[in-house]
Amino acid sequence: MQSLPLNKRMLIFVGKYWALMFLILETILFSFLSHGFLTLRGIQIIFFFGTAIFLLGTAETFVIITGGIDLSVGFIMGFASIVSAKIIVALANSGVSPAWSISIGVVLTMLIGLIPGYINGLLVARLRVPPFIATFSMLAVTHGVSELLIQGVPAKNLPYLANAIGNGYFIYIIPGKVVSFFNKPTASFRGETLLEIIPNVVVFSFILIGIFGFILKRTKFGQHTYAIGGNVDAAIRAGINVKRHLTLIYVISSFFATSAGIIYMLKYVTGKADAGAGFLLDSIVAVVIGGASLYGGKGTVGGTILGCLILAVLETGLRIMGVSTFDKYIAVGVILIFAVLIDQFFPELIHKGD
Amino acid sequence: MILENSEISGRIDLQKKIEAVAKYWSLIFIALLMIIFSFTGKGFLSLSNFQNIVHLSTVFLLLAGAETFVIITGGIDLSIGFIMGFSSVFSAKIIQVMYSGGASEMVSIVVGSISGLILSLIPGIVNGILIAKYRVPPFIATLGMWGITNGITLKICQGFPISSLPPKLVEIGNSYLLYIMPHKAMSFFRIPPGVADENIRNLIRIFPSSLFFSITVLTILWHLLKNTKFGQHTYAIGGNMDAAIRAGINVKRHLIYIYTLSAFLSGLAGVFNVFQTGIGNFTPYNAMYELFAIAAVVIGGASLMGGKGSIIGSILGVLLLKILENGLQISGIEPFYRFIAVGIILIIAVIIDQLFPDLF
Amino acid sequence: MGYLLEVKNLTKRFGGLVAVNNVSLGVNAGEVVGLLGDNGAGKSTLIKMISGVYKPDGGKIFFQGREVNIENPMDALSMGIETIYQDLALAENLNVYSNIFLGREKLKKILGLIKVLDHDYMMQESEKVLKRLDIQIPSLKNKIRMLSGGQRQAVAISRSIYWDAKFLIMDEPTAALGIAEQKKVLDLVNLLKSQGIGIIIISHQLHDVFSVADRLVIMRRGVKVAERITKETNPDEVVGLIVGAETVEQT
Repeated sequence: MQSLPLNKRMLIFVGKYWALMFLILETILFSFLSHGFLTLRGIQIIFFFGTAIFLLGTAETFVIITGGIDLSVGFIMGFASIVSAKIIVALANSGVSPAWSISIGVVLTMLIGLIPGYINGLLVARLRVPPFIATFSMLAVTHGVSELLIQGVPAKNLPYLANAIGNGYFIYIIPGKVVSFFNKPTASFRGETLLEIIPNVVVFSFILIGIFGFILKRTKFGQHTYAIGGNVDAAIRAGINVKRHLTLIYVISSFFATSAGIIYMLKYVTGKADAGAGFLLDSIVAVVIGGASLYGGKGTVGGTILGCLILAVLETGLRIMGVSTFDKYIAVGVILIFAVLIDQFFPELIHKGD
Repeated sequence: MILENSEISGRIDLQKKIEAVAKYWSLIFIALLMIIFSFTGKGFLSLSNFQNIVHLSTVFLLLAGAETFVIITGGIDLSIGFIMGFSSVFSAKIIQVMYSGGASEMVSIVVGSISGLILSLIPGIVNGILIAKYRVPPFIATLGMWGITNGITLKICQGFPISSLPPKLVEIGNSYLLYIMPHKAMSFFRIPPGVADENIRNLIRIFPSSLFFSITVLTILWHLLKNTKFGQHTYAIGGNMDAAIRAGINVKRHLIYIYTLSAFLSGLAGVFNVFQTGIGNFTPYNAMYELFAIAAVVIGGASLMGGKGSIIGSILGVLLLKILENGLQISGIEPFYRFIAVGIILIIAVIIDQLFPDLF
Repeated sequence: MGYLLEVKNLTKRFGGLVAVNNVSLGVNAGEVVGLLGDNGAGKSTLIKMISGVYKPDGGKIFFQGREVNIENPMDALSMGIETIYQDLALAENLNVYSNIFLGREKLKKILGLIKVLDHDYMMQESEKVLKRLDIQIPSLKNKIRMLSGGQRQAVAISRSIYWDAKFLIMDEPTAALGIAEQKKVLDLVNLLKSQGIGIIIISHQLHDVFSVADRLVIMRRGVKVAERITKETNPDEVVGLIVGAETVEQT
């Protein structure tokens, strides 16, 4: 490695870290172009609005590493937002306290949300339906079921507590005076500067993403995920239970989509069938920018988060600048193709020595 | 011994029967749907409703035709829905500008349509070059092109449909080959003169020109795929790319043609859409035209692994989905069940394909 | 001493076709047997029955003197019967030691409860086995994708040796290699033999088989047609047996 000439080493560096450099350049550019972008608030907005794509991106990372694709995540997200809202409203209306309604609603939804993933997994792993078709069918089915559940009217009348959690922050600081967690300091400090640090939903999301990032990187489960994507036959002959593993992968994907749906419900205090419809492609794009290959065997949660950030910064930056978001589509398309071309041209360079 | 033989041949007969059912399952399914809907839906089994189904299927028939070629090569084209929106908005814009600038109806329509078609080739060529020359996976290349064409389309129309187009567009797009006023008048292409508005309900319209249009296009595509060298090479590439290369097929050029053809057909669907609706429509972000086209092609017996598929199959796939949609609607069933039904039918299609791999 | 591995009257049918018909053969510890035959002679089917991919329709398999029932590949592996397929079955996106440990990863606990991969251990153990087999690979952290065909073959062999292979089946081990690498692989086979491992080699390259095998078994159309001590025969005779020339002479 040391013996390589300088220009080659630089190429390796660019090939390996282009996404990070792109993110930094993009951030610098927007901090000049748009007012209020690079502030505590601006950065938190990026993460706050980015939660859905972070979670769906992580879901898609697991699936794409095995060489599959999950088109249903967006509508599973919508489905979960509706199911959770329905359960919580029903419980609250029957006199259960808001805190208990929300807790029970969230837990039940997490369980129900595993079902579409389990069916996807069975179709892909046991019945050998191509992932594209299996998960597209699941997209259609979850979409239909969601619409049936709400009959065209978004779920509403959720307890106020949901809003407080979804739009609250982890830490509140009034400089020099008070630090409090989860709850805003009492009204006696009205008029003082209140610093709100890290939205709750970002905390929840990153705890989940952190746990599963760890599983992918450090555990046997993660190693087998890469092995299946790299060479299914090798994995089978090495005694890995590929069918069970793939089923679990689609369940994990569904788990993240469900989490995204619950967070959507908390953030916007409603449940909508198409809550996640617009995020499907963004999440796949983020995974690919993050270095994964649709042929499988490659990709990391860290890379995906980087990819998500590139998209989230782009979107927020353009929005703050007041530029039409139409440009975003073009930019995303160009970045996506660019990402894959880099991967095509530097395959050896990028993978040497990791 | 003799008994054993007859037992075996009986089993083979049964096997053959099962295979026949599996092979024509989409046709059988369509027939079943029609029988069921003719009981449940009032007016389902009528000439005007069938013409309506066909008229509304036109765009999907073209998109499914495009996707058939791509899928047979083992690729996928996710950009078709947005290329359709792109050509629709672009040609409408040109027609609008020329028409409001004083050009005659026909001239602006012809110029606008042709320029929309020509421009729709560009994203296809770029897709093809990325996929064939730079080995970008089709999923990614066409996904990128989805974003780019969608962005450009929205910039042209600023998020609103393009309207105030010449009325002649809709007249052509929704015309019929034959109009009959029972016991009174009959005419071709135009509503018979002298039919008063109150009588227009009794007018019988036969053979929509959209049907004529899709039959023409699909016949050409069918011929291209089934009877030409181009079609043979398309199957060869999807079946075994290496073998195709070794056999001397210029695979790169062929793939570029395939994606360009796909974009052209999507552009054609876009221009047709202008004629059908009288406005230039952008494609909404989650319209999922491409996914439904892919679903139709897969229901029609194609495999996403490539090497398999046919135009007739894809037509059956589109008709199945559209008859299902129309029948459920007429039977007064909530539209949401449609999605669920589509999902389930798609899974059935693939599982049948898995069980009988050698049929198609 | 009896054979390390012995099969008696193994038969496998696919529908009406008898792919392997009543074949018996034995291999001693520290012996290399070359399995020869034209395409479709039944060699692959035979070894797939030994490695658990196919279930025999008739016959018995004995390993280390006892009759064994091999239902699936895991049964064979757990007995120490390893197969190295022509396509090697390596995950190209993983590094050398991860492939050696694939499916049998060594774990360690962190914080006393979470099990994670023990990369250091797997790396050190892999180094040991590569050293034992005198294989040189620049870095065990290199992905398989970066290695040459011979190096991949060596990784596949190391993998089976590490997991205590007592018996090794090699399907065309030299087919995709350059001349120098072919020689290395054959040297490796000789080394394994000297360590007491029984080996079956399938190869179309007669020269290779003659240079390492002690005995040759020739199959044709599912039947074992001949067995020869390598030193007592020559390539011409063997080719004749493979294509069936001597039956023509007899008639």
